[in-house]
Amino acid sequence: MGLLRRFSNIFRAKANKALDRVEDPREALDLSYERQLEMLQKMRRGVADVATSRKRIELQAQQLQTSAAKLEDQARQAVAQNREDLAREALTRRQGLATELASLQSQHDQLRAEEAKLVEASRRLETKVQTFRTRKETIKANYTAAEAQTRVGEAISGISEEMGDVGLAVQRAEDKVSQMQARAGALDELMASGAIEDLTSTPEDRLQAELDRGAATPAVEAELARIRGELGAGPAGQRGQLPAHGAGDGEGEDRK
Amino acid sequence: MILRILGEGQFEVADDRIDELNRLDDAVQAAVDADDADAFARALARLVTGVRTVGRELPEEHLGPSDLVIPGPDATLEEIRDELAGGEGLIPDRPDSSRPTA
Repeated sequence: MGLLRRFSNIFRAKANKALDRVEDPREALDLSYERQLEMLQKMRRGVADVATSRKRIELQAQQLQTSAAKLEDQARQAVAQNREDLAREALTRRQGLATELASLQSQHDQLRAEEAKLVEASRRLETKVQTFRTRKETIKANYTAAEAQTRVGEAISGISEEMGDVGLAVQRAEDKVSQMQARAGALDELMASGAIEDLTSTPEDRLQAELDRGAATPAVEAELARIRGELGAGPAGQRGQLPAHGAGDGEGEDRK
Repeated sequence: MILRILGEGQFEVADDRIDELNRLDDAVQAAVDADDADAFARALARLVTGVRTVGRELPEEHLGPSDLVIPGPDATLEEIRDELAGGEGLIPDRPDSSRPTA
C-alpha cells in the first residue's frame, strides 16, 4: 500500500518519538502513563473550549434572529403605510441577516460535530488508559526489565498511536475553535457598532424614524386641520390643491 | 492485519481482503498525485468505508499498534499533502520531542 504505508509510517514515527530515549522499559511505562493523563486533561479542555465556542455562536444567532424579527415587523409597518421603498429596505436587510444566520448555523453544526468526535475520542482514550494502567502494573510486578521489553513495546506503541490519534482530534478542534472565535469576534464588533443591521448602509434608526414619521403624518395632518379650523383659516386644503388657492381663498363651501 | 482509521478506532482485516483495500488505496494515491481534491475526498471515503466493511472493529480495551493508519474520512488533500511532505499537517508533532527520529 503505497500512500497508506507512507502515511502510516509518518504517523507512527511521530507517535512513538517521545519515548525513544527511555532506557528502562518500565520507566517508559510510567512516562507514557503520565503523558496519557496529560492528554486526557487536554481532551477535557478541548471539549470545554468547543462547547464554549458553540454557545457563543448560539448567542449570536439569537441576537441576529431578534434583529431579523424586528426588520420583518418594520417591513409590515411600512407596507401598512404604503411605503414600499421602506418595506423593501427592511426586507433587504433582513435578507442579509438571513445569510449571516445560515453561515452561523453551518459553523454551529461543524462545532457540534467536532464536539461529538472529541467526546467519543475522550471516552475511547479513557478506556485505553485504564487498560494500559492495569497492564503497566502487571508488567512491573511480574517481569524483569529484559522480559518486560517486548510487552512494553506493544502496550506503548498501542497507546501512543491512540494518543497521536486523539491529539490530532484535539488539534483539529482547536483550529476550528480559533477560526470561529475570530469570526465570532468580528461579528460581535459588527453587532456592537450596529453595522450588522446596517446592511444597506443606512443607519438602522433611519428606517424606524421614517416609519414613525409615516405613522405620525395622518395625526399631524389632523392636528393641522384642527388648528386651521380654530383659526377660521378655512379648509385644510390638500397640499396638491394649492392652485385652487387664488380663486376662492378661505371658503371650503366654494366647491359645492 | 490491524488498521486504524483516525478518529474511529482499530479494525482487524483478514489478509485475503487486503487486496481490495489496496485498490482503493491506489485511487487515493492517484487523486493525491493529480491534486484533485474532489476525487481525493471520494476515494478516501471509499477506502474508509471499505475498511469498515471488510474489517472487524476491535474492542476499545484492545491495546496494540496498527499495521496501517488511515486518515479519517474528513481529512483534506491539503492535510495529507502536508503530512506526507513531513510538515505539520494532519498529525501534530509531540510538543516535548525536540529531536526528530532518524
